[in-house]
Amino acid sequence: MTLAASITSEAGRREDEVLRVRDLDVAYRVRGVDRLTLRGVDFEIGPHESFGLVGESGCGKSTTVQAITRYLPRNGRVVRGSIEIGGQDLMGMRPEALRQLRARTVSVVYQEPGRALNPSIRVGRQVAEVFEVSGVGRGEALERAEQALRTVQIADPGRVLGAYPHQLSGGMLQRVVIAMAIAVEPSLLVLDEPTTALDATVEAEVLELISGLREQFSTAVLFISHNLAVIAKMCDRVGVMYAGEIVETGPARAVFEAPHHPYTVGLLRCVPRRGQRKDHARLDTIPGFLPSPGEVPTGCIFAARCTLADDRCRSESPAMELIGETRTARCFKSAEAPNLPRAEPEEMALRSAPPSPEPVMRLEHVSKTYHVRGTAVRALVDVGLELFPGETLGVVGESGCGKTTLARVMLGLTAPDTGSVVELGGRAVPPVATSRSREDLRLLQIVFQNPDSALNRRHSVRHIVSRTLSKLAGLSGAALEDRLLEIVRSVRMEPRHLPMRPVQLSGGLKQRVAIARAFAGEPAVLVCDEPTSALDVSVQAAILNLLVDLQSRERVSYVFISHDLGVVRYLSDRIVVLYLGRVMEYGPAESVFAGPHHPYTEALLSAVPTLDGTGRERIRLAGDIPSPANPPSGCVFHTRCPRRLADGTCDTVEPPLREVQPGKVLRCHLPLEQLGRLEEAPVSA
Amino acid sequence: MLWATLAEAPEGPGGGPALKTYLLKRIGLAVLTAVLLSIIIFLAGQVLPGNPGRAVLGHTASQAAVAAFNRKLGLDRPLAVQYWSWLTGLLHGNLGISYQYQAPVSQFLWPAALKSLKLAAVAFVIVVPLSILGGVIAALNRGRAVDRIISTTGLSLSTLPEFVSGIVLIVVFAIELKVLPSTANPPQGAGLLTQLHYLILPAFPLVFVLFGYIARMTRAGTVEALESDYVRTATLKGLSRRTVIFRHTLRNSLLPTITVIATQTGYLIGGLVVTETLFNYPGLGRLIFSAAQFKDFPMLEAGILVIGVVYLVATLVADVIATLLNPRVRLQGAD
Repeated sequence: MTLAASITSEAGRREDEVLRVRDLDVAYRVRGVDRLTLRGVDFEIGPHESFGLVGESGCGKSTTVQAITRYLPRNGRVVRGSIEIGGQDLMGMRPEALRQLRARTVSVVYQEPGRALNPSIRVGRQVAEVFEVSGVGRGEALERAEQALRTVQIADPGRVLGAYPHQLSGGMLQRVVIAMAIAVEPSLLVLDEPTTALDATVEAEVLELISGLREQFSTAVLFISHNLAVIAKMCDRVGVMYAGEIVETGPARAVFEAPHHPYTVGLLRCVPRRGQRKDHARLDTIPGFLPSPGEVPTGCIFAARCTLADDRCRSESPAMELIGETRTARCFKSAEAPNLPRAEPEEMALRSAPPSPEPVMRLEHVSKTYHVRGTAVRALVDVGLELFPGETLGVVGESGCGKTTLARVMLGLTAPDTGSVVELGGRAVPPVATSRSREDLRLLQIVFQNPDSALNRRHSVRHIVSRTLSKLAGLSGAALEDRLLEIVRSVRMEPRHLPMRPVQLSGGLKQRVAIARAFAGEPAVLVCDEPTSALDVSVQAAILNLLVDLQSRERVSYVFISHDLGVVRYLSDRIVVLYLGRVMEYGPAESVFAGPHHPYTEALLSAVPTLDGTGRERIRLAGDIPSPANPPSGCVFHTRCPRRLADGTCDTVEPPLREVQPGKVLRCHLPLEQLGRLEEAPVSA
Repeated sequence: MLWATLAEAPEGPGGGPALKTYLLKRIGLAVLTAVLLSIIIFLAGQVLPGNPGRAVLGHTASQAAVAAFNRKLGLDRPLAVQYWSWLTGLLHGNLGISYQYQAPVSQFLWPAALKSLKLAAVAFVIVVPLSILGGVIAALNRGRAVDRIISTTGLSLSTLPEFVSGIVLIVVFAIELKVLPSTANPPQGAGLLTQLHYLILPAFPLVFVLFGYIARMTRAGTVEALESDYVRTATLKGLSRRTVIFRHTLRNSLLPTITVIATQTGYLIGGLVVTETLFNYPGLGRLIFSAAQFKDFPMLEAGILVIGVVYLVATLVADVIATLLNPRVRLQGAD
């Protein structure tokens, strides 16, 4: 198993590794029983090298980080193996030596910057502590803290130092945390999902900052992410983890271009990319489920979900095998992996619906103003949209743009301002759900982001779905029972799931129940608010396939809200881009992605890292998203717009929405020729 | 999503006007509650069975004498008028005339309240440091034997009624060991230290009741803070365990505890009936108890009102302290 030890980014063994993890087993003690969570994890990071660990939830990425920082939960312990940092054995280290190591050698940046800082201590004090630990006096430490904030490109460090964490935005907080982490110039920087909680444009900023700092300080980096594209962008080498084991390692680019392990292959196929759309092909999925924690199957850990697995795979555990000079895979059939048979048939049963001139839902002059302590906050401003039968309207934008308010207004959960019109099937419907007729409620349903909180945990699957069937579809008795089974099957669940309660189901299955419930009343419009954001990519792929199947069969229209542009592109026929509650761009999906773009759309698109790592020139956005309570004058985007007109028009005059191509509108003063295009070669079907 | 934006959006009005508005609102609310309380107490006094004149004068008194007695005390007037004169009287410091003693209530009430306050203060001074320490130690050793001992002890003690723990304490410390006096009453003209000496034993039943509660709150808050991301950040910065605990953990974990403690002062003043009776201590609790026995409504009403107001002030102080300690609330003016 120490085979990986002999492989580094250059061939041959190196003695000066910053981090060396050898054959590491970690167990958690749950109800008196040890559950093995990491098995034989083995990798090393050389000086200046950046190594990525990628995998879905439950694969052991975070446990690895916790072991490396010796911050395992109280019930976790290292059972076997060793961890060396800069040649020092971590496991045998005494508390004072460990403290010194943390103070000088290893720094960690975590996912939630808002929670990583102490809420009741000013930011300045918290940054200064890093210097005080290494013996710098209080006053000087504060000065150095200010310097550290400048290093992470915080323009006004004075204000940030004096602020409490809750007064700063997520992106700003993550800069502060990074500043603390690199302040002492550690030899190993551990980044555990550092951008997962951030918006796309902010994520791009932070990733760029990290890349820049790496060049400046030449620190070795361990980068943890579930996002393959982020790893591809940030890392020299990558290790793919599955169920507590590293199943494949190699140079990042090479692994993602030609994976050798069936799990890696499957993972890559789950993600819609290179402009893949629902009418091209179904997404492939990884069948089955992750083994439950602590369960160690005989044979290959992935065999149960692998379409290549044979008897040997199920009985004998494969060792890490060297492939070529720089790559390893834990698979007997690594040579066949690229031709992994699909788990899902490729062809879509897409029925091209005859275009209907009558929209099923129409929004006109929809505005929503919240009044917060005497300040009017305009969450939506004069939004007009049309949704046609059987089509998907993608809604994109960063947090605070009004996506969720829009969904709530459609559903009648939030009453819009007077003058707003919401029409369903050609009739204006009352603004709040409680005064809408049962028929209106039936026509418009929702799937939420988090199925955990959306499903009543006390009710069984049967109860959840049949209640909708009786209330909205008016069914009872045998008819209800038949339809119940039909719906449950159509979301690819089985009758044995019916008596189960939500806690007994996995995240993906829960979301299927939510979808089954939504479809039970045969709605005309389904609002999907980030339905796959909380799910792993393999589960996401299955849910997206399901949504597409159901749409083509039932001719239902989707309003699909997501921050993931790849997913939006895969599913949407038309797209609306929101910024500070205003429609910035609205048109057919392909034309929105092809351009010419609104400068905000352009920035959003260019911020998304791509898997092939071909770094597009990123459009930099200055500063944070302004507060909707105090939107900028003129064009609300002008404060961050890289293409703002020099004559000051953008600062003072709000541009109207104008039609620039058939069916596509933009809210921008710039002439079409001056707008950017990020044309990607569309994938051939 | 929008709420998250809004919560972040206004850059905090800087602690000035918003905080002031909040505090004024909070105080206004307390005053309103006090008024409601006074109405409820007054009405309760009216619906309680028993005629004060009859109660005071006894079975043998004539109906005319009872009526005359009631008229003399103004008990034959309409309710609203009676309430108003009672309330304005209160505001002028006139708590009415005790039926029982035929003397102003205030003559008895204030000395008794002062005595109760002393007893409560002693209990408070003992229980607060003890229970916080216990809670923090339990949290730092969560899951281990120490934690279980502290938590179980605290829970058992708080379920022990005061008359049980009080009697046990008297038997052990006053009668067997003879280290502490069995009564709470020091000899006339005793100095402060002697008074304290006499109050230690009576304070302990109260300490027992509160210890488990405060220690549990402290433990919960501390465990939550210890397992938070910011404590992880602080630890991985290489700060010493001492700094991590004192600067990063306790500052956040004691916030809810402070609120709990402040609320409990209300109980300390009001929940003394049993202890005071047991230790024969002439405090507020005993006064109210005897007033109830004698249907001495003015005394009863005034006593309950005092306890209610102490409760109100205690919760008000708790809220204000919590606000001032939490920068999030302090800088945003709290909802």
